[in-house]
Amino acid sequence: MSWIEDVIAPSQRTWEDLYRSRHQVDKVVRSTHGVNCTGGCSWNIHVKNGIVALETQALDYPRFSCEVPGYEPRGCQRGISASWYLYSPLRVKHPYLRGTLMDLWRAARKAHADPVDAWASIVDDPASRAAYQQARGQGGLRRASWEEALELVAASTIHTLKRHGADRIVGFSPIPAMSMLSFAGGSRFLQLLGAVNLSFYDWYCDLPNASPEVWGEQTDVAESADWYHSKYIVSMGSNVGMTRTPDVHFLAEARHDGAKVVVLSPDYSMTSKYADEWLPVHAGQDGAFWLAVNHVLLKEFHADRQVPFFADYLRRYSDAPFLVELEEQDGQVTPGRMLPASRLERYAGEEHGDFKFLVWDETADAPRMPQGTLGFRWQQKKGQWNLEMKDGVDGAALSPRLGLLEAHDEVAQVSFVDHATGRVSRRGVPVRRIPTARGTVTVTTVHDLLFARHGVSRGLPGDYPASYDDADAAYTPAWQERHTGLDRRDVIRFAREWAGTAERTKGKCSIIIGAGVNQWFHADLAYRAAITGLVLCGCVGRNGGGLNHYVGQEKLAPVAPWQALAFGLDWSRPPRLQNAPSFHYVHSDQWRYEGAADLGQLDPARNGHPLTQGHTLDHQVRAVRRGWLPFFPQFDRSPAQVVREAEAAGARSDAEVVEHAVRELRDRKLRFAVEDPDAPASWPRLWFIWRGNALMSSAKGHEYFLRHYLGTRHGTVAPEVAKGAVSEATFRDQAPEGKLDLVVDLNFRMDTTALYSDVILPAASWYEKDDLNTTDMHSFIHPLQAAVPPCWESRSDWDIFKALAEKVSALARTHLPEKVRDLVATPLMHDTPAELAQREVLDWSRGECEPVPGKTMPGLAVVERDYVHLHDRFVSLGPTIRTAGLSAHGISWPVDDLYDELVRTRPTVEWGGARYPSIAEARDAANAILHLAPETNGESAWRAYHAEEKKVGLPLADLAEKTRGVRITFEELARQPRRLLDSPCWTGITGGGRTYSAYCLNVERLVPWRTLTGRQHFYLDHPGFIAFGEALPTYKPKPERDAVRDLTAPTGDAGQALTLNFLTPHGKWGIHSTYGDNLRMLTLSRGIHPLWVNDEDAAEIGLADNDWVEVVNDNGAVVTRAVVSARMPRGVCYLYHAPERTIGVPRSPSRGGLRGGSHNSLTRVRLKPTLMMGGYGQFSFALNYWGPTGNNRDTYVRVTKLEGEPQW
Amino acid sequence: MNVRAQISSVFHLDKCIGCHTCSVACKNQWTDRKGVEYAWWNNVETRPGTGYPVLWEDQERHQGGWKVEGGELSLRQASPGASLGRLFHNPNLPVLQDYYEPWTYKYDDLFTAPAGDVQPTARPVSLVDGKPIDIASGPAWDDDLGGSGTYAANDPGLAVLTEAERTQLFDLERMVFFYLPRICNHCLNAACVAACPSGAIYKRGEDGVVLISQDVCKGWRMCVSACPYKKVYFNWETGKSEKCILCYPRLEAGEAPACFHTCVGRIRYLGVLLYDADRIAQAASRPDQDLVAAQRSLILDPSDPAVIAAARASGVPDAMVESARRSPVYRFVKEWEIALPLHPEYRTLPMLFYVPPLLPALARSASDPDGRFFTSLESARLPLRYLAGLFGGGNEAVVEAAYRRLISVRVHRRAGQVGDVSPAQAAAALEAAGLRAEQADEIHRMTTLAPMEERIVIPPMAREAETEPTVEPQSRSASGLGFLRPLGR
Repeated sequence: MSWIEDVIAPSQRTWEDLYRSRHQVDKVVRSTHGVNCTGGCSWNIHVKNGIVALETQALDYPRFSCEVPGYEPRGCQRGISASWYLYSPLRVKHPYLRGTLMDLWRAARKAHADPVDAWASIVDDPASRAAYQQARGQGGLRRASWEEALELVAASTIHTLKRHGADRIVGFSPIPAMSMLSFAGGSRFLQLLGAVNLSFYDWYCDLPNASPEVWGEQTDVAESADWYHSKYIVSMGSNVGMTRTPDVHFLAEARHDGAKVVVLSPDYSMTSKYADEWLPVHAGQDGAFWLAVNHVLLKEFHADRQVPFFADYLRRYSDAPFLVELEEQDGQVTPGRMLPASRLERYAGEEHGDFKFLVWDETADAPRMPQGTLGFRWQQKKGQWNLEMKDGVDGAALSPRLGLLEAHDEVAQVSFVDHATGRVSRRGVPVRRIPTARGTVTVTTVHDLLFARHGVSRGLPGDYPASYDDADAAYTPAWQERHTGLDRRDVIRFAREWAGTAERTKGKCSIIIGAGVNQWFHADLAYRAAITGLVLCGCVGRNGGGLNHYVGQEKLAPVAPWQALAFGLDWSRPPRLQNAPSFHYVHSDQWRYEGAADLGQLDPARNGHPLTQGHTLDHQVRAVRRGWLPFFPQFDRSPAQVVREAEAAGARSDAEVVEHAVRELRDRKLRFAVEDPDAPASWPRLWFIWRGNALMSSAKGHEYFLRHYLGTRHGTVAPEVAKGAVSEATFRDQAPEGKLDLVVDLNFRMDTTALYSDVILPAASWYEKDDLNTTDMHSFIHPLQAAVPPCWESRSDWDIFKALAEKVSALARTHLPEKVRDLVATPLMHDTPAELAQREVLDWSRGECEPVPGKTMPGLAVVERDYVHLHDRFVSLGPTIRTAGLSAHGISWPVDDLYDELVRTRPTVEWGGARYPSIAEARDAANAILHLAPETNGESAWRAYHAEEKKVGLPLADLAEKTRGVRITFEELARQPRRLLDSPCWTGITGGGRTYSAYCLNVERLVPWRTLTGRQHFYLDHPGFIAFGEALPTYKPKPERDAVRDLTAPTGDAGQALTLNFLTPHGKWGIHSTYGDNLRMLTLSRGIHPLWVNDEDAAEIGLADNDWVEVVNDNGAVVTRAVVSARMPRGVCYLYHAPERTIGVPRSPSRGGLRGGSHNSLTRVRLKPTLMMGGYGQFSFALNYWGPTGNNRDTYVRVTKLEGEPQW
Repeated sequence: MNVRAQISSVFHLDKCIGCHTCSVACKNQWTDRKGVEYAWWNNVETRPGTGYPVLWEDQERHQGGWKVEGGELSLRQASPGASLGRLFHNPNLPVLQDYYEPWTYKYDDLFTAPAGDVQPTARPVSLVDGKPIDIASGPAWDDDLGGSGTYAANDPGLAVLTEAERTQLFDLERMVFFYLPRICNHCLNAACVAACPSGAIYKRGEDGVVLISQDVCKGWRMCVSACPYKKVYFNWETGKSEKCILCYPRLEAGEAPACFHTCVGRIRYLGVLLYDADRIAQAASRPDQDLVAAQRSLILDPSDPAVIAAARASGVPDAMVESARRSPVYRFVKEWEIALPLHPEYRTLPMLFYVPPLLPALARSASDPDGRFFTSLESARLPLRYLAGLFGGGNEAVVEAAYRRLISVRVHRRAGQVGDVSPAQAAAALEAAGLRAEQADEIHRMTTLAPMEERIVIPPMAREAETEPTVEPQSRSASGLGFLRPLGR
């Protein structure tokens, strides 16, 4: 017998009810967290005594296959701490106004019967305007009533519309997928006004530009369950253990099923712990690693031995066999443009022949024009836009040569630059000579260029490396050592294992990649190097294969009806959509701190080509003029004023208004606002922020925001150096401070943005509202629901904007009783025929071509606004959906009967003599989306595929046949998450329990990628990319400290200091800034967001673990504590994204006692000009899809130990 | 044979992410209240590291667990009542600083700060005295090797390594860590139960869950010092001790304990083990090297007719035996022998077992050149001796055997799935590990594909036994009516 007695008798254990009582709850409600974490986890919210007690993960995701591990549970340490917020002292419970503004407002309201007049009296007086601007963020908030707050905001809105124009009102809310109706409430309000929505995916630097470059696709990736099918997984720039917490188990489970996992990371990360091998690559040098891997792949699997599977894949699915014309200039031969079919006699007269490209057909021994290229997509005759290897004229089967090695006329010595050293190598490339209308041209294939670029000779003469050990020749395994710090033998062995696995498994190798690679200036180059390694081994469009880029919850599955609703397209179009990186770079005046030479330092490839010249702002201005990028405000006056002027000058129709505006632009009587960004007429005036932390966690160059947007105290000491450096825009000597009249924030927590805003409106939390959630990490759609009603005075985002719409409509009856005609400028858009606009880059403002809207310059359209009926429109699903159908990715399909079903079966509203589906309640809006979307309505899916069939000319609708009867409603989602249906808006094929993997539709059904050739692009045939030396996969060095010039301002005697590369990876204790301020996460971490430093670096300045440090550069200053750890590499420091400066931050001694800042106090945004290119194929604009990014990793800081006690 | 049933667990450390979701789930459910702010019934530690409370493994200081002297098993700390004085001064008790001083922030200042010339911030303040606090420790302070020179380097488990080995561990080329989530082990030979002067701590007969009766506890805290895992916490508000209750209210409702339910790494397995209570003292008295084997030998085969008969004789319900047959824990611990107890040398017979973590191999440039495809024991970053100190009572052989099996499963699956490892190589790996191919596939399945209901197998808890079926009103009718709760026994 043991002396430890067991006790069974229940009568002795009645005390046990104590803990039982705590466990008992009254109800459980399904919801989730709208927080841009990509998790998209379904949660059970436990309500006890009318209070949210806690949350646990839902376990009831439908299991779609027994062959892969299930999706249960999903949800991490952060999500499970969300309930803390609801009743916490950090909760925004009531509307708040900045006290200074409240006093001004109340006085003005006494003096003015009309609210709009009252608002005008405040903002027209520079003294009163400055008074409340300078008080921003410095305390003094006061509780207000909803009525007062709404009236003030509505008055400001009307005033801005009348005085400045609708495009001076902007809104920012990130990542709709996480709570798509909450996003849509604000965007719908703004677009019905004619105001501007800012992008987020590119601004967050989550957009992987390589994806549109290579695939013409914003981002499409595998759901996490698909990792289980992968047999070789590389994780790079992505710390999935830390940031994809609900999905990491698939990585472990794949390993236990025989997969190998290799992690590239500068630090020994949480994910390294999970790996078979950890390769400690130098920060930001992943591209060099892959270029060397590709060197080995090309040599051993494409040259010395040809793997039939790989070669066949390249022939069908890549641009490798396409012909590129070689150009000779000053004795240097370089790759030029892809040869278009229009140049050959055989294809003369072919519609869009400039946009159809050629391969070398082995059978004909001549150039031939395969189907599926861009010209076929937009031509009159439908049905030839597919990847069947057939001649576009006679339908003859083609067998394209990958390369010309066995069929060349001669060998040309082509020049390639190693941008790291500037060294030029001339390498032999096999070529053919082709007679064209403009004389004989020399062509080679992309495949041949790949060999030469990577230094694989195949026996051809030239400056080729003799072996892997040639460290001076790009891109050998030995060459990469100096960049990556990795042993060449590890690279070679990796390449062999990678290709060996791909060969045996038909492409089941994958890369998990993220912000750690994506947020560098030259990130797209690193991505392309990695993608090259995938495509060379046939790994894209396979279950278990592909580039799995997980940065942001970007996949909004029911995109077609959602965007119609969110951007008010059901009432009017086009919308005003602005890429945020350009907007903030210009308007927050960060361009003023960039010198003439800075861009040249960042990008060593500038070679005198006109397309590469000028200050970044010059590139930005040109991009706007050419229609490559949008820019708001559009003009130096209100867009309604432009219409009025045209009408006064006699314009009678919309077309005449546009003609008038074009004339005025050409004659420079009308100017683009971006040409004089600091003129008061160019300022944005009113900013709505909701669901995001726009002034802090995403504000690259936060201190510049404080200075130029807000006009309050700021920590930047950077010198303004742009004077004389900018040629396309006006530099004003006096930098404006406080451009914004009003900042309105909807929030449930007092974060930094709320603290610095003028008006804070209490928002319902995720457990207090109805909404929808999707993500790319899994293939389900599920809801947010109100477990309890909105607490205190909070309201859902949807309801707040609805209330604002009502207020604006009420004031409009007095101030804007008539309809307003508004001229909207739009860039040349991706997935429209505008992709054919600009094969060559010409500038109408220099007389190089005519200004033609939608062709050589932005599109221009007159849109009628109805402010009196703004609220009516807001709550009604408008008739345009019924008449125009739904569209996405260049296809459209009818949904008139589905719309009518909504009218018959769901709540409706009636006004102006018509009846519409009501979307007054978010739940009804959700149901409208679900009822129309192909991803949730099988009939809509079938029709969408049917529409795609017509363009492609191959059967596709069969994919939707079996699920044609499916209709998913919000009420069903409340019961259980549902798996999304396949749709041509996406590229996976998931029928029969398959996991979602990107581009399976392209590979299996021969639907072209939405690129120039319709194939995956190694070669970026755009004059800009060619000029910048980035047409082929390329290495460009990481801009070092002297190049980025973060540390130019004189500092006092700082004592011992470390100069480190400053990185802000996503962290463990927050999702962006959310959760990072809650007590659970702060307790489990260190009570602060510390700076992680290597132990040997720390020892150099006598820094011990948990010491206080000050981290400074020209941009700003941060005060925090240090974590000293041997797992960090030397020379870099981490401040995990994204601290709030509101939580336990002392004052900064080096900034005169200003409150210490946060991670973005140390950043300044730098735009990459190649990413501004547009008007041609996949290099055409779409919001969050294409454009420069807010990259932030090329930043340096000085770290010193804080002397003495921190000052509060 | 005195057969008893114990709800037991396996934590698969190779799958542990170190996310601490389990910790928050537990805190939300049980310890989000005054008096236990500092208490984390579930916590997650980074290894190498010093854990929470700091250096809890230092039994020289804490005197936790059991010792064997002259074949006799006794509590390492003086037994209850041995010295009345000890009741009032227990020198082995950890103090608040060994845990951490809990804090919060003056969040409200952000709303109420008057207009001024500096941005307001919410300063941290102590939850003990409400004053501003200089935060210097927390429940996961050395997470992910934070402060590695102070914490990881002083992990008591590293003492078995040479000086050179210890230094190397903190070179970037050899860097390594893993996570160790910890809850109460619901030990068979629980030191806390034995140490309690009030008899407030007991093992539930039906499931082996160790509980501290909040009615009986007098707050002597002998359990706090006696538990070598430091998994009993004193509630300074109520003056009583509390600990992990394995979420018995959830188990009774057929739900996984909160930390199991929320384990997003899917590392946690739960199920019934049958054991022979008559042999507890004998097993706990074996030499350190033999403790793993001795504990395994206590665990009975629920399919053995003799065991089934003895179970009936001992009053274990058939349903419990049936559940034990489906127990994943039995398979990990007994059939496959890849799950091991934490610090068996504490001799409490902990009933939570750990599958040790596979860790990345060194890159080729720093390792042996034969380039095996997967982690080999020879190229692993962490010396086996360290792991044997955690999971083997110092016995490297039992840990190595578990590793050989884990690795062989991957080699076997690779051979079948990809084929670049030959069938012969795979067969050799299985042979060396002593596994059959079918077993390897079962281990693979349980590690990857098994859904929650296979990972967590909860027996019927026979709660109806609490009702008195012949009496009206039945107890269910009064369930939840707090004022009807009878006072303590």
